[in-house]
Amino acid sequence: MSASTTSRPPVLRARGLVKTYGPVVAVDGVDIDLYAGEILAVIGDNGAGKSTLIKCLTGAEVPDVGTIEVDGKPVSFRNPQDAHAVGIETVYQTLSLAPHLDIASNLFLGRELRRPGPLGSILRMLDRAEMRRSAADKVAALGIRTIQDIAQIVETLSGGQRQAVAIARAVAFGSRIVVLDEPTAALGVRETVQVLDVVKGLRDRGMAVVLISHNMPNVFEVADRILIQRLGRVAAVVTPETHTPADAVAIMTGAVRSEGNR
Amino acid sequence: MTTIERTGELTAADLFRSRPLTRLQRLQRLLHRHPEISPLVVLLVACVAFSFANDRFLTPSNASLILQQVAIVGALAVGQTLIILTAGIDLSVGALMIFVSMVMGTLAGNVGLPGALALFIGLAVGALAGLVNGALVALVKLPPFITTLGTLSIFTALALLMSHGTSIQGKDLGSVLTFTATSMAVGPFQLTVGVLLMIAMYLGLGYVLNWTAWGRHVYAVGSDESAARLAGVRTDRVLLSVYVVAGLLVGLSAWVLIGRNNAATTSAAVDANLDSITAVVIGGTSLFGGRGRLTGTLIGALTVGVFRNGLSLARVDVLYQTLSIGVLIIAAVTLDQWIRRTGAQR
Repeated sequence: MSASTTSRPPVLRARGLVKTYGPVVAVDGVDIDLYAGEILAVIGDNGAGKSTLIKCLTGAEVPDVGTIEVDGKPVSFRNPQDAHAVGIETVYQTLSLAPHLDIASNLFLGRELRRPGPLGSILRMLDRAEMRRSAADKVAALGIRTIQDIAQIVETLSGGQRQAVAIARAVAFGSRIVVLDEPTAALGVRETVQVLDVVKGLRDRGMAVVLISHNMPNVFEVADRILIQRLGRVAAVVTPETHTPADAVAIMTGAVRSEGNR
Repeated sequence: MTTIERTGELTAADLFRSRPLTRLQRLQRLLHRHPEISPLVVLLVACVAFSFANDRFLTPSNASLILQQVAIVGALAVGQTLIILTAGIDLSVGALMIFVSMVMGTLAGNVGLPGALALFIGLAVGALAGLVNGALVALVKLPPFITTLGTLSIFTALALLMSHGTSIQGKDLGSVLTFTATSMAVGPFQLTVGVLLMIAMYLGLGYVLNWTAWGRHVYAVGSDESAARLAGVRTDRVLLSVYVVAGLLVGLSAWVLIGRNNAATTSAAVDANLDSITAVVIGGTSLFGGRGRLTGTLIGALTVGVFRNGLSLARVDVLYQTLSIGVLIIAAVTLDQWIRRTGAQR
């Protein structure tokens, strides 16, 4: 995979990203290339700047310095909507679901469907039946079997079910770049396998996937390239073929200096 | 309800999760999904009890009277529900209603503007006051409680400054502003335009909350504001618009108030403020935001009206009315806390 990725232009390209919070430098000059049809894992110790980096790429934070290009065109995100507009979707660790709304309402939150005709255009009436039907299709298409009732209130779902809803929402709307922040952290073994299958399926459909995870076995199972963050910088970019999980952990913790193939 | 077919065998955890619910859990879930059921039960039980206490209670004329007595608080509670759904609270609605009624009354009665223009300007003042509350809450990020505590004093003072403490009588206000007092027969009931306007407010906002994207976003913001923002909802805009719409609804309530009193006066409806919160809370809307229905608020307002009316028909001391409503509030909030635990259990 890495051989083919270098010959094509990246779908997302970031250069020199810096983000500070007062005296804290969370991201300190990070470069990223992301290609279509690959899974790029981002790993790093707590406080290495993974989450902040991802927030800069998805519009949740505005970087202080640095450029981001999507398909070679410079973009600047002021909010997550700007990132949605160019096809970047995010599943946050906090899942960003509204607990009191049902699954279908959550899937379509912020992009609700209206009834056709004057009911929709003048009375702005929602097409709840169509949203439920479509939501059930999207959830089923991902092979998520733990969700029984699409009209169920999210508050009454288990952690794994909520994760499934959040992933379904991120990938259901034709995005090309999906960012998953710790998608398996709250899941059991069985649900983890299901989610990783979904993630591989996204890559096989030609999407670019950014996977943030603490779970080394998961990362080495699915990732094509692994970006190792350390103290706000990119310590190395390695592949599962050239490095072992132990190597990655050594770079991550600073026991070994970067010798990765950038 | 759409069901996704399960395939494959279940794990032990799945089996545990799909274990049958106890009867109490079923009830809890039902109330969780339909928060208006419990106040409806209270209302029906109260109606039956009061009809035994006095034959006159369940007559169309008494029912009409209750509706007219409820109209002001009921109308005010529409805007209050909207704000409480966003996990806010508005202490200024009562003061704003009186202020707007004085604006309308002064413009029509003292300045001599046409009634329709005075009404329009009054509604605009209501929306503008809502915009001030909304800007302080959504943009300056002040807590709604403190914001509206401040504007409560401001609106009260403005109303008194404007009127110099005097009232403007109905005959000076013209036909438009007192139109809400017009009475008409609807079947066996004698309803005023004010009552009908209140019902129209419930139907209108009820539609918007349940059937439009904006309504979904109001619930999402109240449910979890940061989650809604990350999901792509412009939460600041939603919050700001909620307060503007609430201000407009308070303006309409002021119109109902003028009709009911047949005057614009600063000494009217001083309890309406807290009564509107009472109606929302008894109606099953959660003070923590995100859960509740407008039908519940209407039932809550009617429940308060029925208790006051029924207890006075039963010749119970007026202080017991106040006491019983206090008990109702605490019972409603206790029930809400219990219902909220559903989510944590599963």
